[in-house]
Amino acid sequence: MLRYLAKRLSYYAALLIAAVFLAYAISASALQPRTYFDAKVPRPSAESVERQLTALNLNDRTPVVERFGHWAGGLLHGDLGRTIHDTPVNDDFGRRVWVSLRLLLIGSLLGAVLGVAAGAWSAVRQYRISDRVLTVLSFVLLSTPVFLVALFLKNGAIAAKDAAGHEVVPFTGYETPGLAGGLGAHLADWALHLLLPTVSLALGGLATYSRYQRGTMLDVLGSDYLRTAEAKGLTRRRALLKHGLRTAVIPMSTMFAYSFLGIFTGAIFTETIFGWHGMGEWLIQSINEQDVNSVVAINLFTAVVVLASGFLADTLHAALDPRVRS
Amino acid sequence: MTVVAAEPASSSTPAGRPRATGRGRLVLARLLAARGAVAGTVLILLLFALAFGGPYLTPWDYATPDFTALHQPPSAAHWFGTNGVGQDVFAQTVRGLQKSLIIGLLVALFSTVLASLVGACAGYFGGWTDRALMFLVDLMLVFPSFLIITVLSPRLRGSGWIAFVLLLALFNWMITARVVRSMTVSLREREFVRAARFMGVRPLRIISRHVLPNVASFLIVDATIAVGGAVMSETALSYFGFGVRPPDVSLGTLLAAGTTEAPVFPWMFYFAAGLLVLFVLAVNLVGDGLRDALDPTAGGAPRRARRSRRSWRKPK
Repeated sequence: MLRYLAKRLSYYAALLIAAVFLAYAISASALQPRTYFDAKVPRPSAESVERQLTALNLNDRTPVVERFGHWAGGLLHGDLGRTIHDTPVNDDFGRRVWVSLRLLLIGSLLGAVLGVAAGAWSAVRQYRISDRVLTVLSFVLLSTPVFLVALFLKNGAIAAKDAAGHEVVPFTGYETPGLAGGLGAHLADWALHLLLPTVSLALGGLATYSRYQRGTMLDVLGSDYLRTAEAKGLTRRRALLKHGLRTAVIPMSTMFAYSFLGIFTGAIFTETIFGWHGMGEWLIQSINEQDVNSVVAINLFTAVVVLASGFLADTLHAALDPRVRS
Repeated sequence: MTVVAAEPASSSTPAGRPRATGRGRLVLARLLAARGAVAGTVLILLLFALAFGGPYLTPWDYATPDFTALHQPPSAAHWFGTNGVGQDVFAQTVRGLQKSLIIGLLVALFSTVLASLVGACAGYFGGWTDRALMFLVDLMLVFPSFLIITVLSPRLRGSGWIAFVLLLALFNWMITARVVRSMTVSLREREFVRAARFMGVRPLRIISRHVLPNVASFLIVDATIAVGGAVMSETALSYFGFGVRPPDVSLGTLLAAGTTEAPVFPWMFYFAAGLLVLFVLAVNLVGDGLRDALDPTAGGAPRRARRSRRSWRKPK
């Protein structure tokens, strides 16, 4: 098993390096930081623009490979370069990464766990009312883009606020600014602010996972080994949980890996809509400002997270399926 | 739609089945028995009628403002109301729906073609071709496609929405290609493919004549679902101003314009949102029905399959 995991890890490392280089090349050649400086009022002199661009390692007259070398050299020391406003990218990164990770982790885990549970339950009760209701619900959810779900939730919260006369559920930001009180009060405040963005992220995952899990579970339900387990005296519930669910979850572990990217894309929308100062909001802002180094940093973040979740999925797969380990 | 979809499936039968038309008819029968798929098909036809017939029903143009009616709720004159500058929301929604439908169809078509080519080549040739193509697939999966599209789209602004379609298609084929590849790998060793190989048929001809027809049912289902996904991506990107741009409209630009005003002027938001959800829902229903209908492991007719699964639930 360790050999298998080591092999996967080295493959992922190669992917990461290639992805980061490609991301740098695309961002550095497509974005035009020069227009940002040229548009300043009063307009800076040509030499000063040139000087600033070079100082920030953003000068498009330097070959991309050279700029990448400079940037990668900094990265080895843990330095992500400077933003277009001449502040360290690391500062923004450090501040925003926890805001996003909180949302991403809770949202994706909640979606996956609830989705698998709902799908398995739905499969066992195939064609009953509860299965039909879940199927219809998951279809409607699958057909609604994340940003629309987020907007519906936000509009609902605004309507609730107007009806009740005070804010029922917070729908902007990730904490109440200047909140007094101890750790408990802060945690409660965070949880409340997390509610709507997390729900909007988790619902999409829930719908997708429940559909797939229902399918794999149905395949398992008809299998001989479940019948055998039951014939040997296991109750149906035990047979299902011990033998059925485990086999049915295996194909899902591959899905966990690449679903993270979709969740990050979703988070770009939820963060912007609910006013979270996370990585997603930063991305939209940096692209509009032609801020190459920030865009590349965000790209690095998503690549690392996706590959880490891919590795996690491989580990899970190996743990569940003994055939992979050899 | 159903008939068209059922036809190519008939050619996907492996050698040994008695009659190709038998399978086509079976698929059609199964499809008609699935209420969701029928409802989805009807819904899609209605939405197409609305998108392309709608502009002829209303005297208003989507771009021309009516200065006598600003922010008016739906009425006899303006069926979906008007926006802040007096443009007719019905005319705009219909136009936006049209654009979103065309973009969705084209993206699904391009990405499915790309996926089947890459997947079949990787699976059929194996070895280094396979490794290189799959590395490319993984690389593009690790990359947030949203990020790349948003970075590149300002560059393509001048090229119009066709460039945007190609960009969306370019980042939408990887998972399909993976599935096609694994199906091809197993097809490669089947007798009829080996026979063709030993007879000296060229690889590309084997792929187009023997491999792709056998993957066709999967591709049809996948393309159907890709239409919905593409419409959703288009809307999402346009919502942030990275896709279709004003003055042209798509459902995404309409939603973006209506968002902030939704609590006060709901008609500016909910018609476009409703149509978007309806369309994607219809596409998903058809895709799901097709998947069940084309599934070779299912029983002869839906009823029989249903009973056999039930029988497990209530063991004697």
